Amino acid sequence: MEPCSGALVRETAEAVARHSYGKLVAFLAARSGNVAAAEDALSEAFAAALEDWPVKGCPANPEAWLLTVARRKLIDTARRRKNEAPADDFEIETESLAEPFDEGEVPDRRLGLMFACAHPSIDSAIRAPLILQAVLGLDAARIASAFLMSPAAMSQRLVRAKTKIRQARIPLRIPEREELPDRLETVLDAIYAAFSEGWLDAVGTDPARRDLAEEAIYLGRLVTELLPGEPEALGLLALMLYAEARRRARRSPEGEYIALAEQDISLWDQERIREAETALRRAGAMGLIGRYQLEAAIQSAHISRRRDGRPNWPAVVKLYDALLELTGSPVAAINRAIAVAEIEGPGAALAILNSVSGDARVIEYQPYWAARADLLARTGTIPEARDAYEIAIGLERDPSLRNYLERRRARLDPG
Amino acid sequence: MQYLLALYADESGFTRMTPEQQQQGMAAYMAYTQALQTAGVFRGSNRLQSASSATTLRTTSGKTQVLDGPFIDSKEQLGGYYLIDVPNLDAALSWAGKCPGVGHGVVEVRAVWPMPNTTSQPATEEAVAAAR
Repeated sequence: MEPCSGALVRETAEAVARHSYGKLVAFLAARSGNVAAAEDALSEAFAAALEDWPVKGCPANPEAWLLTVARRKLIDTARRRKNEAPADDFEIETESLAEPFDEGEVPDRRLGLMFACAHPSIDSAIRAPLILQAVLGLDAARIASAFLMSPAAMSQRLVRAKTKIRQARIPLRIPEREELPDRLETVLDAIYAAFSEGWLDAVGTDPARRDLAEEAIYLGRLVTELLPGEPEALGLLALMLYAEARRRARRSPEGEYIALAEQDISLWDQERIREAETALRRAGAMGLIGRYQLEAAIQSAHISRRRDGRPNWPAVVKLYDALLELTGSPVAAINRAIAVAEIEGPGAALAILNSVSGDARVIEYQPYWAARADLLARTGTIPEARDAYEIAIGLERDPSLRNYLERRRARLDPG
Repeated sequence: MQYLLALYADESGFTRMTPEQQQQGMAAYMAYTQALQTAGVFRGSNRLQSASSATTLRTTSGKTQVLDGPFIDSKEQLGGYYLIDVPNLDAALSWAGKCPGVGHGVVEVRAVWPMPNTTSQPATEEAVAAAR
């Protein structure tokens, strides 16, 4: 081994961290379920690498090197605690660490780790942050800023969740066939929650947020690679890619919100759209429809104006019908109403909105009020439209979207 | 790993049942216990007398007080438990889901705190189960 420069060492360590972090954590914690200890040992191993590699040279297999060092650290820690910890815990830890692995390839157990992080017995609000930390190695401060939480609070909740995995012995494994669909749903939901947090920063000025969308797409791809036969995983990947493809078109250079119908198609990322379409087609061929496939198909119908000049509204309505039947979500009902307005006019759409207005969930949902305001304006009911815009503006946290709604409201005023 | 399945239910539900219904309810629990035993995961179980028979002790400013009634005064009361020994939480949840208690009350699943130097089961058995 040649001694290598500090820059090369850092580069190698960063490359391993990016590609192998989750694999190493998953492998180290697979048996003990002690995710926190695996993370600690791995970060010590990275620190050791930054000291050792510049002197002795970068190892031929940096992943295996890090794993060997991290395992030794774990065994040391386990030995030190031997007298305080239960005997069988110690045995499990040391025994699992003696498990051999092929020099070239660390077994990929990231999916098992993800299933543990998104286990139904883990608080649903912490599942996405937990996956981002355990599988991708994101630090608590960065995750906290993306999820609008204080770093201290986020860090505390992550620690609590990892403690639960260890104490309740939540297994790091892919669930049995019969429970897989339900359990996969919680994993996909967590990935989508991470994506949605990243998606909120439309301008892309907040690197923590923008990267989160990319990381979520990475996780989505990972699930489709490790579980290639799951149509909903492909559906989620397609949905995220369709959305991400439009990122550059969502705001003007001045940072103003641009509605989907007014976006400049030439700014859409054709490569991502193609990848999304391939994923959705593969999912469709498996013949088992689900929420994410339907939502991806809706995106696909929306962007059909790329080819046909206008969105395929009848297809959008039909897909929302199916989504509504599947989820009963008032959000789907609202979006369906917006599509109906394009075919049957604003009056028919308003009638649909009125039918969900009793649902407590829509009262605090900005898009409901924005849609209502727009439809009321189109039917000429100006004072009511103005009130609805007022509420929508009050509920929106994104300033550029707030400005957009304010501009719409201003247009209602006579003169 | 041992798990306690704590069974909570509205006690008045049982007393309102007809004798035949009570018989059926008991039979369901017997069958469940039998299934746990056959699978080799059963470690213990008891049904408790009604919560009105409970007595609660606590120390207030250095003085131990003895009080009538259960610790938590709610509609659903702890009515019994199962202690099972399974490899992980998923296995425990799977058994808890089959418990008749889920049908008429609430089942809380809690991992037992492992004490040093008390091997609840041989590590090898656990390894086999975990490797499946």
